[in-house]
Amino acid sequence: MTQFQLQGIGVAPGIAIGRAQLIRRWEVTATGVLLADEESVRREVEQYQNAVSKSIEELEVLMDGQPAAMAEMLGVQIVILEDPQWEDDVLGRIVEDKKNAGDAVLEVMRKWMRQFREMEGEYFQEKDTDMEDIGRRMLKNLGRGEVTDDLLQDFDVILVAADLNPSDLISRDSSRVVGFATRAGGAMSHVAIVARSRGLAAVAGCGIELEPVADGDWLVLDGESGVVLVNPGPAVIEQYREKRKEQLAVSRSLRQIRDKAALTTDGTAIGLLANIGSIEDMEQALEQGAQGVGLLRTELLFMHSNSLPTEDEQFIFYKNILVRAAGRPVTIRTLDIGGDKALPYLPLPKEENPSLGYRAIRISLDRPDLFLTQVKAILRASALGLCRILLPMISSVEEVLRAKELIDEARKELVGRQLAFDPRIAVGIMIEVPAAALIADQLAEEVDFFSIGTNDLCQYTLAVDRMNEKIKALYDPFHPGLLRLIRYVIFEAQGHCIPVGMCGEMAGDPEATLLLLGMGLEEFSMNAVSIPVIKNIILHNSMEKARAVCDDLMGKGISGPL
Amino acid sequence: MITKDYIIHAPEGIHARPAAALVRLTRQFKAEVHLRKGEKTARLNSLLNLLSIGAKGGDTISLLIEGEDEGGAAEALDRFFTELKE
Repeated sequence: MTQFQLQGIGVAPGIAIGRAQLIRRWEVTATGVLLADEESVRREVEQYQNAVSKSIEELEVLMDGQPAAMAEMLGVQIVILEDPQWEDDVLGRIVEDKKNAGDAVLEVMRKWMRQFREMEGEYFQEKDTDMEDIGRRMLKNLGRGEVTDDLLQDFDVILVAADLNPSDLISRDSSRVVGFATRAGGAMSHVAIVARSRGLAAVAGCGIELEPVADGDWLVLDGESGVVLVNPGPAVIEQYREKRKEQLAVSRSLRQIRDKAALTTDGTAIGLLANIGSIEDMEQALEQGAQGVGLLRTELLFMHSNSLPTEDEQFIFYKNILVRAAGRPVTIRTLDIGGDKALPYLPLPKEENPSLGYRAIRISLDRPDLFLTQVKAILRASALGLCRILLPMISSVEEVLRAKELIDEARKELVGRQLAFDPRIAVGIMIEVPAAALIADQLAEEVDFFSIGTNDLCQYTLAVDRMNEKIKALYDPFHPGLLRLIRYVIFEAQGHCIPVGMCGEMAGDPEATLLLLGMGLEEFSMNAVSIPVIKNIILHNSMEKARAVCDDLMGKGISGPL
Repeated sequence: MITKDYIIHAPEGIHARPAAALVRLTRQFKAEVHLRKGEKTARLNSLLNLLSIGAKGGDTISLLIEGEDEGGAAEALDRFFTELKE
C-alpha cells in the first residue's frame, strides 16, 4: 500500500476517515450487431421504450425527498428522456439503420455529448455530463454495461472518482458513505452541494494525484484544509479519529445552546438573525435558534418565476414566511438584481461593469412599476407579522427620499383599496456603498435602521473583485480602511438612536465577532448554520473584553469615529 | 403563420429551467412552433433542440408559429418573453 498525501480543495467541512471506493466509468463499445428482420426491429423498439420508462421511474425514485437543487437536476434528465428529438434520433437508428437499441442509444448519447461540448459557454458544455448520465442509465436498463458497484459492506466508505454526477451521488446515498474525493470540481460542483447538504466532508479538485488511489485504501480527508492522506498508518488515523470526535463534541454542544438567549457574560443582549431566501431556509433558521430574519433575499422568488411575480404571488410568499416567523422580525430586502443577476423575462442592457451599473435600488427607482408592486405586497404582508423593508445599494439621501415617496404612494393605494397593512413599517437601508457609509449621519436622519452589507462594502472599498482568482487575496474584510467605515456607520447609527445590524459574510465570521461587538454592533444576520458558533462566542465573552479587542485592533491612538 | 422576433437579455441565455418551461408551454398548443437563431432552427417541442441552439444574452431569435390556435400560442409565448422586447 503506497502512502502519500495530496492537496485538493476543501469544499465541505469535516473530517472523514474511511476506505476508498472507486467509481469507474465503464467503457461501452458498440456491438455492431445489425437487426435481421422486422420482428427484431419491433422487439428492439419495445425494449428501448421499456428502458425509457424504467429510467424515468428510477429518476423519480431518486428525486423523491431530495433538496430542490438536486431534484431539479434529475427533473431535467426526465424531460430529456421524454424529448421527441432524443426519441427520433434513437428510433431512426433502430428502424432505418437496423441498429440494436444499445448501439442506437450509445450513438445518440455521444452525438449529444459532442454537440454540447462544442458549444460556447460553460453552461451548455456542462450539459454533456447530463447526457452521459442519461445515456449510461439507459444502457444499464438495456442490459449493457455493468450494474452499480455494491458498497464495501463493513467499512465506512469514501467515494473516489474523476467527477461525481447527480445519479452517482444520490443513488449511492448510504450511511456507509462518509466522504467524497474527486479529481475535478470545485466549490460549486455537484459533489460540494450534496456533501454540504448531508453534513459530509468532501475534497474536490485533487487532480491527477488522486489516480494512484486504489479500492480499499485507507483515506483521511479534511474537508476544511483540502488535505487527503492516503494510507497514513494506524497512528495518524487514530489522531484524526480523536480530532473528529472533538469536532463532533463541539457541534453537539453548539446544538445545546440553541435555545439560550445570546447574552454576553456582562448581560448585553445581542440579536442573532438569519439570512434566508426561501421558506425552507426559514425552517432551518428556526432550527438553529434565529431570533428573526435580518435579510430575506427576494431574488429567488423572481428567478424561480417565468414572468414578473404579481403582487398577489409576492404577497403569498412574504405572508408564508411571516406566518412561519411567528412574531419574530423579518427584514425584506427589495429586489437586488442587476447585470450579473438578471432575470430571463426582464430586459437589462449588457454592461461593461455590472457591479457598478444598473442594479438594485437603481432599477427600482427607474422602474417604479416593479418597485411599487413589491412594496405593496410587502405592506400587505406587514398586516400579518412583524416586517421591515430594506433598500439595497443606496448611495445618496435623494435615493432614500425618492424610495420613501414611492412607499407612501403604495400606502395610499392600499388605503384606497381598503387593504390592511402596518402603517409604521420600518424602512431601512443597506450600507454597502462606501459613499453611503461616509454619509451615515445624513442617512440616519431619514431611515429607521441600517444593515451593513460587508460583501459589497468590502469589494467597493478595496476595489477588489473577490471572484477574480488572481487578486482574491486582496479581499480582506479586516482591512483597516473597511473597519473604520464599519465603525463609523455603527457610531452614527447609535448617535441617531437607530438600530444597526450587519448581514454580510463578516457577521457570521467567528474571527470578527468580538471586534464587531466592541464597535457596538447590535444585530448579526448570517446563514443559519453559523448562528450557534457566533452565539457560543457571545455567551463566553463580555462587552468589556470586546471593547478591549476592538480598541486594540483599531489602534488606541485614533481619536474620533473615523 | 405568425412570426415574431425577440432579443434574449439574460446573460446566460435560455438555460434549462426557462427552456423546459418554454417547451412545456409550447406543448399545450396544437400550433407548431419553431425557434430560429441565424441559420439554426429548432422545433420548440424539444428541450434538446432548444438547448442546442445555444441562445445567449444579446442574441436575436425568431419564433415561427403555425397552426389553428396560432393566435393563442403567440400570445402565450409573447407573455413568456414578457418585456424582453421593449
